[in-house]
Amino acid sequence: MSLLTTASVLASPAAPGSPGPGLADFGHDPVWISIIKGLVIFVFLLLGVLFGVWLERKLISRMQHRYGPNRAGKFGLLQTVADGLKMGLKEDLMPRKVDKVIFFLAPVIISVPAILAYSVIPMGPVVSMFGHKTPLQLTDMPVAVLFILAMSSIGVYGIVLAGWASKSPYAILGGLRSSAQVVSYEIAMGLSFVAVFLYAGTLSTSEIVAKQADGGTATLFGLDIPLPSWYAILLIPSFLIYVMTMFGEVNRVPFDLPEGEGELVAGYHTEYSSSLKFAMFQLAEYVNVFVVSGVAVTLFLGGWRAPWPISLWDGANVGWLPLLWFFAKIVLIFCFFVWVRASLPRVRYDQLMAFGWKVLIPLNLAWILLVATFRALRVEQSTPVFILMAIVVIGALAVFFRFDTVQQRRREARAEQIEEEFEQLREEPTAGGFPVPPLDLPHYHGANRKEVPSA
Amino acid sequence: MELYAPILVLAVLGAGFAVFSVSIAPFTGPKRWNRAKLDAYECGIDPTPQPIGGGRFPLKYMITAMLFIVFDIEIIFLYPWAVAFDKLGVFGLVEMVLFIVTVLVAYAYVWRRRGLDWD
Repeated sequence: MSLLTTASVLASPAAPGSPGPGLADFGHDPVWISIIKGLVIFVFLLLGVLFGVWLERKLISRMQHRYGPNRAGKFGLLQTVADGLKMGLKEDLMPRKVDKVIFFLAPVIISVPAILAYSVIPMGPVVSMFGHKTPLQLTDMPVAVLFILAMSSIGVYGIVLAGWASKSPYAILGGLRSSAQVVSYEIAMGLSFVAVFLYAGTLSTSEIVAKQADGGTATLFGLDIPLPSWYAILLIPSFLIYVMTMFGEVNRVPFDLPEGEGELVAGYHTEYSSSLKFAMFQLAEYVNVFVVSGVAVTLFLGGWRAPWPISLWDGANVGWLPLLWFFAKIVLIFCFFVWVRASLPRVRYDQLMAFGWKVLIPLNLAWILLVATFRALRVEQSTPVFILMAIVVIGALAVFFRFDTVQQRRREARAEQIEEEFEQLREEPTAGGFPVPPLDLPHYHGANRKEVPSA
Repeated sequence: MELYAPILVLAVLGAGFAVFSVSIAPFTGPKRWNRAKLDAYECGIDPTPQPIGGGRFPLKYMITAMLFIVFDIEIIFLYPWAVAFDKLGVFGLVEMVLFIVTVLVAYAYVWRRRGLDWD
């Protein structure tokens, strides 16, 4: 509750001619406008999934020197539609032992929050919709980013319940693994947002976008140099950490452990055969990818605002045009997902968890404190701040060097262990249990010579 | 409340679509009975007998969940602090350093006791 009030006190109403809509622009829509916006977002997500699956298959095929789908429709564009229809006409298997109610509910629980998260992603400025001024965003609230995080947390219930209800070893292991992974990466993800909130001073998505409108200028040698305004550039470490957690959060390669087909068949949705229930999981996976892409665009890449060279043109950020920049950014990030999938192998589970807990979280905390100290330094310059800053910098360095030394020590220990094992192997006559023929067997050296032991 | 109400539109649409798809799934496809289809899928071998009530799962997952709660609450403290940082100034920074150090002590303990290792 305190969070709500704090944020709403800080929320400043958008003045005319301001960088974009703010919280004050929301909550005035009549019901029918809300319904139109909701419908458009919903249809956009469904079509996005259809197009996204096609684009992913096409791109990854090209990266692997093959054609990919090219039979159904022009360029295979109807491939996903055909797949969807086929899924609808498949037999819906329901194993005898499953927990029926939860088995039915799990696909719903996983797909609804994924769709809901899109209601607070800003897609454009205030436009005139049938003579009604309204921002291109379903709604916004003082705790919008928290809402997105909450929705992705609820999605975890779908995963774990799907695994649990299936009563199958593969499904339950996949569900547990997946939920542990998603919650671990959610922490790193949540922490990577903190630096953004420090700079933006708000949790509302539309205002974060507005804050990225203008980076101000720096005067250097009498020249006014425009500074970058995107938080992806201002807060590079946060952005990089977010990009890594993004893959863990939506179970995509290289972090698609829940679907490690080598060990777990299909993970938590093993028992969902190939019917429409499975289609819901597929839908949720792609919608989740769109959600994390949307968050990346909103929080780090300037939202619906045009990228730098285009933004010099005054007409770039008015009217319906920004929708184009928004979708272009989303598609680019989606292509990045595909590129990574084509490039990287799957990591091992213990490495995945160790990376999330032992690297991303401490690095994130150290970075947050660093940003906060520099921010405090800008607000007031006094001796205590400098002392505090020194302490924080030293602490951050200590965190870093601790990693370095621990890694170094581990590497040395490992090298020693391998060396020792080789020593042992060299001494053993049977070479460590491998079936090697003994060296002193009698050799055959020709018909008229005596058999002599080779030793 | 006007800010939150529009979410209902998407909620109704999404839930309607999902419930519809899940509930028509059994009626759109063919039905050919087969004993193997009613068993849990285990790559062709007979399914492992499942204990009643779901059985046990590794404790590691529970520890991860507990750690998740600890850090999630830390995040919940960090968000309003970050939003109001410019108003709190140095006082807020000192307080947050103290808080994070406290959490880090517990974190170091867990790390030391191999609570973050999977093997």
